[in-house]
Amino acid sequence: MAQEKKYAKPLPHLDEENRPWWEALKRHELYLQKCRDCAAIRYYPRAQCPECLSPRTEWIRASGRGKVYTFTATWQNQAAGFRESIPYVMAYVQLDEGPKMLTNIIDCGPEQVKIGMPVEVVYEDVTAEVTLAKFRPAR
Amino acid sequence: MSISRKAAVVGVYEHPTRFAPDKTMYQIMAESARGALDDAGLTIKDVDGLFTTGIGMGAMGIVGFCDYLNLTPNYLDSTSIGGSSFVAHTEHAAGAIASGLCEVALIVYGSSAASQRFAVGTGGFGGSPDPCDQYEVPFGVTTVGSYAMIAQRHMYEYGTTSEQLAEIAVTMRLHASMNPEAKYRDPITVEDVMASRIISSPLHLLDCCIISDGGGALIVTSAARARDLKKKPVYIIGSGEAVRHAARGTRDFLEIAAAQSGRLAFERAGVAHKDIDMAMVYDSFTITVLATLENLGFCKRGEGGAFVSGGRLRFDGELPLNTDGGGLSSNHPGMRGIFLVIEATKQLRGECGPRQVKDCKVALAHGTGGTLGTRHSGATLILTNQ
Repeated sequence: MAQEKKYAKPLPHLDEENRPWWEALKRHELYLQKCRDCAAIRYYPRAQCPECLSPRTEWIRASGRGKVYTFTATWQNQAAGFRESIPYVMAYVQLDEGPKMLTNIIDCGPEQVKIGMPVEVVYEDVTAEVTLAKFRPAR
Repeated sequence: MSISRKAAVVGVYEHPTRFAPDKTMYQIMAESARGALDDAGLTIKDVDGLFTTGIGMGAMGIVGFCDYLNLTPNYLDSTSIGGSSFVAHTEHAAGAIASGLCEVALIVYGSSAASQRFAVGTGGFGGSPDPCDQYEVPFGVTTVGSYAMIAQRHMYEYGTTSEQLAEIAVTMRLHASMNPEAKYRDPITVEDVMASRIISSPLHLLDCCIISDGGGALIVTSAARARDLKKKPVYIIGSGEAVRHAARGTRDFLEIAAAQSGRLAFERAGVAHKDIDMAMVYDSFTITVLATLENLGFCKRGEGGAFVSGGRLRFDGELPLNTDGGGLSSNHPGMRGIFLVIEATKQLRGECGPRQVKDCKVALAHGTGGTLGTRHSGATLILTNQ
């Protein structure tokens, strides 16, 4: 029986504070947090609003659509998992809801990626526990 | 209370090594400390304040270093905010001296990054427990990749070109050619930079700092004590520090920490940009220099490409920059903030030989720590021999 190849890239550390966000990704849902007191939207998830320190948080479902804010095609990374994956595109995507998130642009060559390009989320299930939100050119 | 002119840099030493497989990090630090104390005309017994951090140290490395050198200082500071740490240490030392907490501060750094084959810029960041890293590391963030995203955005917003960034690398190499201790001294051209391989687009190999071994040390003391020492004092007249980060997803990535730390340093020093005779700006990558010069206010945002062109940054230009050859050509042992203060001090003393800036009276040093594209610190110092 073929052994499944072990996922070699670094994984995020899940804890009580961020677990609901990662569990949503596992269901292929992308969420942001919004403060119920000052209305500031925040990414990444955390227990208290960094603007007013309120713990009263609303989870809002993100559309999963946005635009490339900036990017780089990486041709050298000596870390395990990545050295076999070059070139790969790392980017900040500005979501339609406002926040910019670091991600990878996939399903297209590095030469096709442009700042301002519309993109949409793709859910990549990398382990039983972890799904990553990556983006591809909007279809 | 202002700390301006209360303290002075009175001893500096840049370790000449660039590759030292025969030396440990602590040995490089101890040799650097000896060099800076000799330069000041002081001894290790005079030191009552210690400032250090390092990429190869343990969490309590500063206490380990006290053990190693049998030191029992009255004041300890191991602020660790990346490569800018030693610029911040210099400010902190001036503050501690001005308030009477210590009198003779030793600021010291050493690293054997090159001989240990440490992939400083392209090694990834796995294993960090910090919340922010959990949303970055899985996507393959590297130091160079993070800076590259700033360069890409700058090109998009302002039409900055790779050739303009290359001018910075070419000027640093020219300066290195006049520094006998620099690691790379053969002149390069814009075409050479453009022809070097892409590490993380749009940055080429020659847009990136080198990796070397090395170390250095500074001695800072009170203005009163400085007057009786061996070398002409270099007074700390202004300083500032700052951080920039993702700002919960709202950050404007072309505004960097230098905007805040630079404004503070100029205000506190009471000098203007036209008064700066030379600058030492952390050059981890060519884009670091361009973004820093804009954010310090030497030119307007978006004008950095034109500003760094036409020889303006040469030792004989309008704003001489990184006259030692910088991290791009002279040395970059993991963190390089200490060398910014060392070379600025040597320029203000007139000790720089063929690369000496004429009539150098006021110098600025700015360190960047961390990575511009994720989060970073900035520390600015303004120094004078007047």
